[in-house]
Amino acid sequence: MTTRYTTDHEYVRAEGKIGTVGISSFAQEQLGDIVFVELPAVGASFKKGEEVAVVESVKAASEIYAPVSGTVTEINETLSDEPGLINSDPAAAGWIFKLELADEAELEGLMDEAAYADHTA
Amino acid sequence: MAAGAQTDLLKTALYDRHVDAGGRMVEFGGYALPVQYAGIVAEHNHTREAASLFDVSHMGQVVVTGPDHKTTIAALEALTPADLASLEPGQMRYTVLLNDEGGIEDDLIITRPAKEQEPDGVMYMVVNAARKHHDLQFIRAKATAEVTFDLRDDLALIALQGPRAAEALGKHCEITEKLGFMQAGPTVIGGIAANVSRSGYTGEDGFELSVANKDAPALFDLLVADPLVEPAGLGARDSLRLEAGLCLYGHDMTDTVDPVSASLLFAIGKRRRAEGGFTGADAVLARVASGPDDKRVGIRFEGRQPVREGAELVDAGGTVIGKITSGTFAPTAQASIAMGYVPAEIAKEGEPVTAMVRGKPIAGTIAKMPFVPQRYYRKPA
Repeated sequence: MTTRYTTDHEYVRAEGKIGTVGISSFAQEQLGDIVFVELPAVGASFKKGEEVAVVESVKAASEIYAPVSGTVTEINETLSDEPGLINSDPAAAGWIFKLELADEAELEGLMDEAAYADHTA
Repeated sequence: MAAGAQTDLLKTALYDRHVDAGGRMVEFGGYALPVQYAGIVAEHNHTREAASLFDVSHMGQVVVTGPDHKTTIAALEALTPADLASLEPGQMRYTVLLNDEGGIEDDLIITRPAKEQEPDGVMYMVVNAARKHHDLQFIRAKATAEVTFDLRDDLALIALQGPRAAEALGKHCEITEKLGFMQAGPTVIGGIAANVSRSGYTGEDGFELSVANKDAPALFDLLVADPLVEPAGLGARDSLRLEAGLCLYGHDMTDTVDPVSASLLFAIGKRRRAEGGFTGADAVLARVASGPDDKRVGIRFEGRQPVREGAELVDAGGTVIGKITSGTFAPTAQASIAMGYVPAEIAKEGEPVTAMVRGKPIAGTIAKMPFVPQRYYRKPA
């Protein structure tokens, strides 16, 4: 299981062919209180870098881009009622969607924990 | 998402206090100000439950000086549609600065100082930060030489807002017992001379304290030392004022919108409506008679999705009929609320409206404002 990060602060935690996507703790802190999440449709396919979801704080809306290409297999419905989970637990309960990776090699192009820590330092 | 460069921004007298308190600084009206400390929602809720301290020093504090009260009032009444002649010492009034076409150049509060504060002929005004230099240029071009308008950059302005603001401030002075909503007077708070008004932009009871810049940090320290009081930033100020149904200049009103369309008829005094004689009177009074084409309304949307400034409102056929000027998911109302302009014929409580957000329709209903009941303190008669 590896967690990789994009320069736009999404993470993808890959377990086999399935990747769980959310935003980093750094990102949720920057955004502030999350009040709404626009989730993608299960079954929808996205290319790496395409807009998949939208996370809205009191102040602004922020697009969430697909960290890797794939097809959405599951969405975190709990966020519809409790969007604040992204603030309180971004890496676990605050996950946004899962997707089946189209090309696992794309993960190699993303930052690992250490590189992401440098990126946000 | 990185913080922007703040090299050219102006700093208020409380800048160091904001940074020390963990404020996330952003640009607003040319100033570096905190958008939040711990979090907007927590600060919003604290303001509704106890008391919050906001730095509003970026706003323009203007002292108007004429040879006598009558001359000063005549000058101000030529500029604004407010009935200022009826103001008693220590009373204040919300109004607008209009151009010849009746468009709103700014909104402002005008105060007649208490008798012990200033000699006859002096009035105070507070105008918006981003408009203050514009306003003074605009005003000076219209005013006669015998009345002067001085922007007081040597003064800070601190807003203490919330249901327990009077309790907190009352520990340091007795002025809280004397003032009702929209009344003002001088006092001393912990050795600091302050002009206090019972006013604000959150819908709650509260005060605005005008003090010398050099005294502002000490006053900040004194007030936040109280467990009732927490500092709050621009983010909470915005969600609070939207719940209170109050307009934000440059968003809910602009220089091409008249006060009738902006649903600010109350800013035009009854006597002034009959007599006219203010800048933009012809245009505005004609609009009062004809009624507005489009009108500012409050809207409540279904679900939690925020409908923000710029979102278009459409009719059943998909034709654009209006636009959102402010909107958010409101912490106290626990609803997606907004203000916007719609054709006057549908500007009625209960009328359905549809907003488009990223291509998707969001259903809403025209709602009564304020979205959250105002809790201003009216002094018993």
